[in-house]
Amino acid sequence: MPLLTVNNLRTWFHTRNGVVRAADNVSFEIEKGETLGIVGESGSGKSVTCYSLMGLIPQPPGKIESGTAVFNGQTDLLRCSAKDLNRIRGRHMAMIFQDPMTSLNPYMRIEDQLIEPLLIHGLHDRAEAVRQGIRALEEVGVPDAAARIRSYPHEFSGGMRQRVMIAMALITRPELLIADEPTTALDVTVQAQILELIKKMQNELGMAVIWVTHDLGVVAGFCRRVLVMYAGRIVESAPTEQLFYRTKHPYTRALQRSIPALQPKGAELYTIAGAPPDLSRRIDGCAFVPRCEFAQDKCKIPPIELKAVEPGHATACVRVQSKEISL
Amino acid sequence: MPEAFLEIQDLKTHFPVERGIVFRRRIGTVRAVDGVTLSIKQGETLGLVGESGCGKSTLGRTILQLIPPTEGAVILAGRNLAELKGEDLRAARADFQMIFQDPYASLNPRMTIFDALAEAIRSHKPVPRSELPARVSELMNKVGLSPRFLKKYPHEFSGGQRQRIAVARALAVEPKLMIADEPVSALDVSIQAQIINLLAGLSREMHLTMIFISHDLSVVRHIADRIAVMYLGKIVELGPATQVFERPLHPYTKALVSAVPIPDPAREKQRQRTILAGDPPSPINPPSGCPFHPRCSFAVADCSRIVPQLENFDAGQQASCIRLREINPA
Repeated sequence: MPLLTVNNLRTWFHTRNGVVRAADNVSFEIEKGETLGIVGESGSGKSVTCYSLMGLIPQPPGKIESGTAVFNGQTDLLRCSAKDLNRIRGRHMAMIFQDPMTSLNPYMRIEDQLIEPLLIHGLHDRAEAVRQGIRALEEVGVPDAAARIRSYPHEFSGGMRQRVMIAMALITRPELLIADEPTTALDVTVQAQILELIKKMQNELGMAVIWVTHDLGVVAGFCRRVLVMYAGRIVESAPTEQLFYRTKHPYTRALQRSIPALQPKGAELYTIAGAPPDLSRRIDGCAFVPRCEFAQDKCKIPPIELKAVEPGHATACVRVQSKEISL
Repeated sequence: MPEAFLEIQDLKTHFPVERGIVFRRRIGTVRAVDGVTLSIKQGETLGLVGESGCGKSTLGRTILQLIPPTEGAVILAGRNLAELKGEDLRAARADFQMIFQDPYASLNPRMTIFDALAEAIRSHKPVPRSELPARVSELMNKVGLSPRFLKKYPHEFSGGQRQRIAVARALAVEPKLMIADEPVSALDVSIQAQIINLLAGLSREMHLTMIFISHDLSVVRHIADRIAVMYLGKIVELGPATQVFERPLHPYTKALVSAVPIPDPAREKQRQRTILAGDPPSPINPPSGCPFHPRCSFAVADCSRIVPQLENFDAGQQASCIRLREINPA
């Protein structure tokens, strides 16, 4: 049984400028202990998907229009009561964010915010919780943890704040960690430290990780399976190696060709023409059509659905599905 | 060897750290740039890399005299910019331009693109009004924007388009030197490629000398002829881009290169990572000797005593490490 099964998740935002279909028919599963990457550019719906699972979508203007997200085979995260969600959130599933400064309370000592989940879920008394807090900081590599736990967030560097946030998320030993670009704002050397740290914690706790990123490099080294999102929809889903070596969607291929790391030095980089679509307009058919070099009229005809073309490897490209093109 | 076009000699930018409201006293100095010597040829692209806080942006701004240097000289085409003041400096600014990470913050939201570009053109040379539309359209073409956008305002553009406008504005005065400070860091992958191609093309066609500042090593490797690696205000390694990337000499560069994720699962699996411990130390109280020694896996006792100088290794590659030859056997 998968740890989390998401089915047809639809999160739309009802704004003055129309309905923004931020996440549209998103379906995926994650097994216990698995690392799943979600890749996409800004506005692709990768963060909205995660926020929906955590119940963090501001409603209104957001609305979960449809879908289910069943956690541990029991609770539907999208439909359950606030009480049920609060029992799971922060205990069985936790989230870390891109900017640790805005997710730490600047008025609270690290100690108080770090052990809050233990106290809220009634797992330990305060003295024991503080002991656990110090241990959690040590585990994530904060030096002199017993003293630093009394500090305030501004007294830490960016990398250290990110560690504090990870310690806070992991303190209840969750089964699922959702990481929304937690290393994007950090230097590569610190990013390497954090990735190493998450891997270590994952081995120790056996937790599953959803890693949201725009960096194919991080995905290559870190994730077992990947979802590629574009304009609110999943366009490709595959085990990491297959995604890189046997790409099945023109958008994924275009992304690979446009990053300098994979190209010979100085070569003209492949550019994806145009810009991502405006999600407040209804898009019939494949959203990538205006920028796709393989697009044909039939790509504009719905339904465009994610279909498996190889075991475990699904694409939303109708031309790949019908074997007209291979990439 | 062709004559250096831009010569930076022992450049230092220090900021005072002060405390107190009534009696301000100096309690320390941030050595943001601490003795940088560099020479850049005409038409060359130099990549400047390093972690946040290493002084790469301050160096860029000091070269352009946006921040006055504490010591040292910046000689552009035979003239020491650090000695220029007032009107002379303003006139000299036509020779060098900068583009920034956030193009939205560097464009006036209440000016149309035409106005923004026309202002830049006229700021250094009196151009008759009748010629402006043609000149502006020419600039727009150069950066790949359709002239039908001329009457639009910055908020109507996407991030990539705004960065093109910023580039067009920098080109308006026909600069000889362009400093690009993280010009693609805020952009999405698919848009990054467009701006990288644009900048690479411009530097080729216009023979523009460029300093490309970025924390993204793979972008710098792609666009730069040479790479300078900075750590705590000093250049620790300098050399041809591919070489620095493929055979880094300085322990810091080695760690930096090994931390860059490669978008290729098979290569990611094989590689050995050097994970640096801790954060870069504060530039207020930099470590004695080699600034990198507290985090360096090759450090010996001497490293905390001797300040290493950049020394030649081979083929134009230099690094500042007292154990340079020991740790890089031939």
